[in-house]
Amino acid sequence: MNVPSNLKYTKTDEWFDPSSGAMGLTDYAQTQLSDIVFVEILLSVGTVIKPGMAAASVESVKAAAEIYAAVSGKVSMVNEALAEKPETLNSDPYGAGWMVKIQNADASGLMDAAAYEKYCEERSH
Amino acid sequence: MTENIYDKTGGSIVEPTIFELSSPGRTGITFPATDVPNTSLPQSLLRKELPLPELAEVDVIRHYMHLSKFNYSVDGGYYPLGSCTMKYNPKINEDTARLPGFTFTHPLQPIESVQGNMALLFTMQEWLKEISGFAAISLQPAAGAHGELTGVLIMRAYHESRKDSKRIKMLIPDSAHGTNPASSGMVGLQIVQIPSDPNGNIDLAALKAECDETVVGLMLTNPNTLGLFDEHLEEVVKTIHGCGGLMYGDGANLNALLGILRPADVGIDVMHFNLHKTFSTPHGGGGPGSGPVGVTAALSDFLPAPIVDIVDEGDDEVPPLYGFVTPEKSIGRVKSFHGHFGVIVRAFTYIAMHGPDGLRKISEYAVLNANYLQARLRSTFHIPYDRICMHEFVAEGMVAGSDVRALDIAKRLMDYDFHPPTNYFPMIVHEALMIEPTETENKDTLDAFSEALIKIAAEAKTNPELLHEAPHKTLFGRMDEVKAARELVLCCWLPEDYANL
Amino acid sequence: MTYIPHSPKEREAMLATVGVKTMDELFKDIPAKHRFPKLDLPPALSEMEAAAELAGYAGANATTQSFVSFLGAGVYNHYIPAAVDHILRRGEFYTAYTPYQPEISQGTLQAIFEYQSLMANLTGMEVSNASHYDGATAVAEAANMAYAQFRGKRTKLVISPTVNPQYRATLRTYTQGMGLTLEGDDPNANLDAGPGALEGMIDENTALVIVQYPDYFGRIYDFNQLADKAHAAGALFCVAANPTALAILKTPAEMGADIVVGEGQPLGIPLSFGGPYLGFFTTQKRFIHKMAGRLVGETVDSRGQRAYVLTLTAREQHIKRERATSNICSNQGLLALAAATYLSLLGQTGFRQVAELCYQKAHYAAEKINKVKGYSLCFDTPFFHEFSVCCPKPVHEINDHLLEHGIIGGYDLGQDYPALKDHMLIAVTEMNSREEIDLLVDVLEEASHD
Repeated sequence: MNVPSNLKYTKTDEWFDPSSGAMGLTDYAQTQLSDIVFVEILLSVGTVIKPGMAAASVESVKAAAEIYAAVSGKVSMVNEALAEKPETLNSDPYGAGWMVKIQNADASGLMDAAAYEKYCEERSH
Repeated sequence: MTENIYDKTGGSIVEPTIFELSSPGRTGITFPATDVPNTSLPQSLLRKELPLPELAEVDVIRHYMHLSKFNYSVDGGYYPLGSCTMKYNPKINEDTARLPGFTFTHPLQPIESVQGNMALLFTMQEWLKEISGFAAISLQPAAGAHGELTGVLIMRAYHESRKDSKRIKMLIPDSAHGTNPASSGMVGLQIVQIPSDPNGNIDLAALKAECDETVVGLMLTNPNTLGLFDEHLEEVVKTIHGCGGLMYGDGANLNALLGILRPADVGIDVMHFNLHKTFSTPHGGGGPGSGPVGVTAALSDFLPAPIVDIVDEGDDEVPPLYGFVTPEKSIGRVKSFHGHFGVIVRAFTYIAMHGPDGLRKISEYAVLNANYLQARLRSTFHIPYDRICMHEFVAEGMVAGSDVRALDIAKRLMDYDFHPPTNYFPMIVHEALMIEPTETENKDTLDAFSEALIKIAAEAKTNPELLHEAPHKTLFGRMDEVKAARELVLCCWLPEDYANL
Repeated sequence: MTYIPHSPKEREAMLATVGVKTMDELFKDIPAKHRFPKLDLPPALSEMEAAAELAGYAGANATTQSFVSFLGAGVYNHYIPAAVDHILRRGEFYTAYTPYQPEISQGTLQAIFEYQSLMANLTGMEVSNASHYDGATAVAEAANMAYAQFRGKRTKLVISPTVNPQYRATLRTYTQGMGLTLEGDDPNANLDAGPGALEGMIDENTALVIVQYPDYFGRIYDFNQLADKAHAAGALFCVAANPTALAILKTPAEMGADIVVGEGQPLGIPLSFGGPYLGFFTTQKRFIHKMAGRLVGETVDSRGQRAYVLTLTAREQHIKRERATSNICSNQGLLALAAATYLSLLGQTGFRQVAELCYQKAHYAAEKINKVKGYSLCFDTPFFHEFSVCCPKPVHEINDHLLEHGIIGGYDLGQDYPALKDHMLIAVTEMNSREEIDLLVDVLEEASHD
């Protein structure tokens, strides 16, 4: 399981990059979902978000999941390319699989990589 | 075999589609020439082309005969599908439903001209009342999920009629079928999930903690999807009623209770029946079903309209006149007309042939068959909630010392000419295999099924690849479901139309 | 009679394996005071007796076979080719389960894929689902889909009062808990105002505009302008269409429809006193993720063979649960097969023939009835196979008279529209011969006197 050390994480499997403001779905989550076939990003540029707000809807061949805003802030960019190629979330969840970029983000309350890794291990029972 | 010139998937064709079999100029069924003077059709209103196939009748028949050979069916073999009650579909039901006196009646005919149908519907309502203990029945809903939606709407309407508008939550056990929360969601209710306890019952403490004046009610399947009768049913009902909520009964598992228990007697307020499960009407490859709803007297004013009632009592000389009535506070219509009449005739025939003793026998043998299989399999597959089950039980589809999972076991069963059991449901059991034999399977079939599963468990250890790649003996192998979802091909067209797409 | 195969000896052996002595012991968890109720039902019948009993019920009805029928209003008396039922009676089709195990369900899956294709081709849309319960619930599901498409931000539905009253009633029931408003759903509105009457109701809060084609009164309208108005406001446009009419009329797709639904009963499905019927649902590809209902897609299997499978299943209730667009599970699988076989047997030529016969005979009937003193055609809009007749007396009186002469008359529109008392909706299909139409005209004439 890939857990980049420069990112922050939520209990609902979103990652956040404080340097770029990007947010997405973790490697753990995409593995659980397996082949993703549909992504619908529910936020648009300019939306003011709070943690826990519905950010995206993801469907795979066998499952469905909701993605929540990891931080508070304002949406500055939306990854439109994901709608055409949802499988990017599987192949490159931390790179090309970014979902939204957020400015003026408040990332307090997020886990660091080590805490998230431990959290995932505990869940896997 | 037709060359695959326009097929995107690149697979070899086993049976061409009806469009690929089309040949311009071929005719199938034609009709007599018009016998009235001509009225010219207004050209500006007409379509230019009608891109439907052209085949002779023999071509159509052969095509569907070929397709039929690809299907497993109850007429061909055993379906141990938990929660589906795939019992034998009696052939007499197919004949009675097709009587011209039924099939050639229009639902809007004057009721005096269809008293045979009206009497049948009225009697069916009465019989379902007797079987379940409910005070009133609607035969209108088209399927189980439709009955659930109807039931949830009734519960909501009841609370609103008492100006009890704080009730916005529906309590649903974690073992529930997806249609339960989906139906509640459609009505705008919030879903609160109630966990199960280690013995497979509803967790009473969790239930009590959630039960308050914001609760519409509890949607309970009993026996539940683990095949277990809740050991605290009385307490569950008392709790929900105690906080002013209503009890919804999902009747999918009624096959365990015919002549054994009447849901209304234990405090269920509203319940749907699945005629295509408990009452033997065929599954049709995905319908039609029929989902009548039963309610207590307190809820009968809210039933969907119309229901059948006696509108003129008649006397010694004149039989009663049956008609359609609208309950006083009806939630309204949930579909057109008054229900799946053709399906109801089948279920009616079934109940008529069984009588009260036969109905009880159904449940006795359904439960015996399930317990027999459970006994034969418990040393091979772990049964997490291991006690006397009702008409179904759930085992874990895993084998110690092997990476084989429920999916592989399911696929390998096809090589033994069995349809797989329900798998990955209920979600509270890991690698769940939900097995419901029904009462119409004989002991030899159950023994053969047990032996197949035991063999498969052995194969899981000695030759797991065999299971991972299963099925091997069927005409078709495992499907590329990712390709299907990512490269959506949902339609086909006539060959000449592909150039225009 | 039961279908339980066990011999007493087998029962004993099985009880022993389970470890109980009697059947009753299996039910020890059932609360004792309610256990084993005595059901007051008639005693069991043998198959022979049941056949006679059901024949008795069936025999107590007047039918569209024994009587001449001109009754439509949503479902129609069409000829069903013999081959349709022969296919439906194959146990491999009708006793099969939902095709969740595609390896052993290719018959059902390919048949549904072909049904989807036939319906898409018929309506001019890009995709079709595997069916809804009927035309009424298909309209309700169109509303569900539009609501989901706009994520609940648009809360108005605009619906023509000339849409089938049962469809509108079903829509009202379905939308009870959704916080939606319905505009246009008024049986007292001006029913002759045409589609333009709805334009003023469309705004930025409108999710869906719904019309019927031909409308409930049988009339054909052009919806291009209305569709444009809907789209200009960002709303979706839905047409509930009669499938037989689509054999010859312009498709709703050509008029700008985003969703085309309807009642598929005319496609090889018997009247059967109200059901089971077939709700068809077709739309454009860009909406399928919000569409409810099963969907069959094409793929390849592990042996490189073209095959079919239920796809985009994550939309459905068993995965999305409370977040699903709809709760639908069982649909109308066998009736979709009936429609597919019907359309395949008739093909382009036969299906057009049926539609033209309906059109010709209905216009012949309308012209003759219009000439009978006391009767007149209520509307002068072009129509397909149904038309409204203004009668000299209450419709039920005329229908009583018709019934005495072996005729099932048209539908009393006054039951649904207060302004249309004494209006009868008459349907004519390929099943009505010229003689039967002439008889209707004669008896109508007679009925106007006494």
